[in-house]
Amino acid sequence: MAKLVAVTIVVIAILSAIPIITHKWPGDISVGLPQDISTHGELIDEQYADTMLEAGISFLISQFLLAYFIWRFSQPKPGDKIRSFPGGATGLVVAAFLLVGTEVLALGVFGAKAWGSIYFTPPAANAMPVQVQAGQFAFYFRYPGPDGRFGPLHPNLISEANANFFGLDTTNDQDSKDDIVTAEMAIPVNREIHLLMHSKDLGHAFFVPELRIHQDFVPGLDLSVHFTATKIGKYEIVCTQLCGLGHFNMKAYLEVMSQQDFDNWLKQQAALQ
Amino acid sequence: MHDMSHAVHHGEPTSFIRKHVFSLDHKVIGKQYYGMALIAVFIAMVLSWIMRLHLGWSNLAIPGLHLLSKNGAPGDVPTPEYYLQLMTMHGTIMVFFVLTTAPFTAFGNYFLPIQTGAEDMPFPHFNMMSFWVTFSGFIVLISSFFVSDGPTLGGWTQYAPLSAAGAVTGPGQGWGVVLWAISIGLFCVGQLFGSLNFITTTLDMRCKGMSLMRLPLSAWAWFLTSVMGLGAFAVLMPAVILLILDHLAGTSFFVASNLVINDQVLPHSGGSTLLWQHLFWFFGHPEVYIALVPGMGITSHVLITNMRRPMLSHRVLIYSMGALVVLSYMVYGHHMFVAGMNPISSLAFSFPTLIITIPSTIIVLIWLGSLYGSKLRINSASLFALGFISMFISGGVSGFFLAQPSIDIMLHATYFVVGHFHLVMAVAAMFGIFAGTYFWFPKMFGRMMNEPLGKIHFWCSFVGAYCIFMPFHYLGIAGNIRRYQAMVDDYLVPLIPVHKFITIAALFTGAAQLIFLYNLIYSRFKGPKAPNDNPWEGTSLEWSTATPPPHNNWGDKMPVVYHDPYQYSVEGAKQDFIMQASPEPVHSADEEK
Repeated sequence: MAKLVAVTIVVIAILSAIPIITHKWPGDISVGLPQDISTHGELIDEQYADTMLEAGISFLISQFLLAYFIWRFSQPKPGDKIRSFPGGATGLVVAAFLLVGTEVLALGVFGAKAWGSIYFTPPAANAMPVQVQAGQFAFYFRYPGPDGRFGPLHPNLISEANANFFGLDTTNDQDSKDDIVTAEMAIPVNREIHLLMHSKDLGHAFFVPELRIHQDFVPGLDLSVHFTATKIGKYEIVCTQLCGLGHFNMKAYLEVMSQQDFDNWLKQQAALQ
Repeated sequence: MHDMSHAVHHGEPTSFIRKHVFSLDHKVIGKQYYGMALIAVFIAMVLSWIMRLHLGWSNLAIPGLHLLSKNGAPGDVPTPEYYLQLMTMHGTIMVFFVLTTAPFTAFGNYFLPIQTGAEDMPFPHFNMMSFWVTFSGFIVLISSFFVSDGPTLGGWTQYAPLSAAGAVTGPGQGWGVVLWAISIGLFCVGQLFGSLNFITTTLDMRCKGMSLMRLPLSAWAWFLTSVMGLGAFAVLMPAVILLILDHLAGTSFFVASNLVINDQVLPHSGGSTLLWQHLFWFFGHPEVYIALVPGMGITSHVLITNMRRPMLSHRVLIYSMGALVVLSYMVYGHHMFVAGMNPISSLAFSFPTLIITIPSTIIVLIWLGSLYGSKLRINSASLFALGFISMFISGGVSGFFLAQPSIDIMLHATYFVVGHFHLVMAVAAMFGIFAGTYFWFPKMFGRMMNEPLGKIHFWCSFVGAYCIFMPFHYLGIAGNIRRYQAMVDDYLVPLIPVHKFITIAALFTGAAQLIFLYNLIYSRFKGPKAPNDNPWEGTSLEWSTATPPPHNNWGDKMPVVYHDPYQYSVEGAKQDFIMQASPEPVHSADEEK
């Protein structure tokens, strides 16, 4: 029985590692990290890969040792004596501090660098501002128009029925007159975007896996992130913060376009306002 | 230690009600907690079955589901909101009424006083109230299934303002949330009563000769857990009180100004969304260890008995568990890396989270190093204890990822997190419960559980749990968001076959738990009688007393302790072990005084 337990642990450990190494689940289903289309994502992916290597080795060695000790020490012969692990508890404590301590310190320091590359750097002065508003169960986007300024928001004017999703007063607020509101997000490739985030109602989140951007919307707080997309294509923006019965279906598309396509798209959207 | 025996002396009850219902006896209260957890875990398991079936086959009709809720499952197919309601109840029932109660307050109540050599806990009335208040909380929670729009759908974490802004945010968000909050408030009161008793029992009720370092590791784990509970539940309780006030008194603790739902500006102003998250996780992260540390203690205790040797270092294991207690309060912000905190705070919470892997690693290494050169006995209890170690390793290593804010960008709120906490907190804790059950059942009921059935139960649970929860990690890496009732995003649709595999594994593993239930009930009444008071040849005090223990645990003679808790394979001894209460001398330089 003990040997079967040991073999099972080894088999489970190896089988568990295979999809991690191959990024595949049977049936050719991809289970790796989505492709990276951001300028900052490389640091995150490197950090992930380093962590996977260290966690993976720790996982396999620990499970194999557990299996081996179960195999080896479960059927003592009469007269067998208890033996102590070489080096005893002190050796193990020192090993844990040295090996794991160094490991986590390194992960922490390098991880801080990756984190800082996103959150500790201000957006470039020429970054293109886009505002996103989250609400049950849709995202809406706003572009400032030719004047480059967003008009103020009036929550009491928000009306789904009148398609005034942001609560703009285009009659009285000069800055709002040329604002462009859309249900999908488009951005030019290789141009830094300064995304200004607010929630209309509850907690939501803005997650584009390919963009390596993930940020909650916090009702009552104006938050922002900035990023540069490097690959033209259509990607999904999904909500990851439970926001009610339609949470699973709260999404929008992000289209990364050439500058020219984007300019055309923005003109078309302006004409629809 | 003080002589507090007068404080607990209460005569043996004669009426049925005082003996079995409103009992002051810690052993009865422990069994009551266990019984409640057993009912709760099977309810939660059925909920998870419904969720898993729906995730694999989102249009599947589940026969009879409309009987549970006509609105929630028209045509027997769960609606999106009903899925979330079942999910919320699954999480709440499991975290609070199973994973906290069974390993901590059930086994702890029964065995902490016995392992310390006490007659009972110092405040038996508080102890009785602890169970009944907790049980009331359970009833209140279950009752929310029967209010008009069902239980809350906000998840076990109940993030505001979804939880605080009222019925306008969705089905179950009115009375469903209020009942949830009342239930958890009651639970907190119950656990505070319990924690006070556990701490006082450990510090003040130990018998003659029982120094703190002579306490078994299970007793240490319950003691440390009660210290965590005292701090954690004392924070969650005011949080849920404020949440109730936001609903019933028109306050705005957790709802910010100018929020708009259904084109109406909500009548709240000035509240803080993040305040709830800080309060909740200040409780929530220690709660992970409240669920886990008793399992560590039980696993250590069961393993030592079956390895026929003490751990490589009793003290190092205790200090490491103590380090987990302290650090558990310093890491909670890792749940909030992308929640809108100052990004510097994220780094500040990241480092303690990474550092907590050091005591966790030491604990695993001590277990492994103690297995080396041991004389391991394989039985249902030791199999589950070994399974606990395997699960703890598997669930622990994914903590490396989630401790780092930069990687959390990819993994936050995905199935990776769900896989992580299920392995390290839920499955590991359940394995601790199972190990404890197979191990202590003979002492509690005087009968043995069926070993072959116990082993079948282990095999199905061990392989099954891995089949369920390992693939969760792969889904999360691929970006599969949690708390989705169906996978409709373009990039999630291809992952549905993985969900189907998980569902089949969950149904199989869940069904295997019926073997355990059968074994438990059958053995309780028809199992073979325990051959003696000490069937596993253990050394700690529970094996010195009668089976089952008498009302005051010891009969006429209070125990006196002469040794460390784990004197196994002692050279020159009559048997391969010397019990704590045996005056037989041990010639060892290492013995604690």
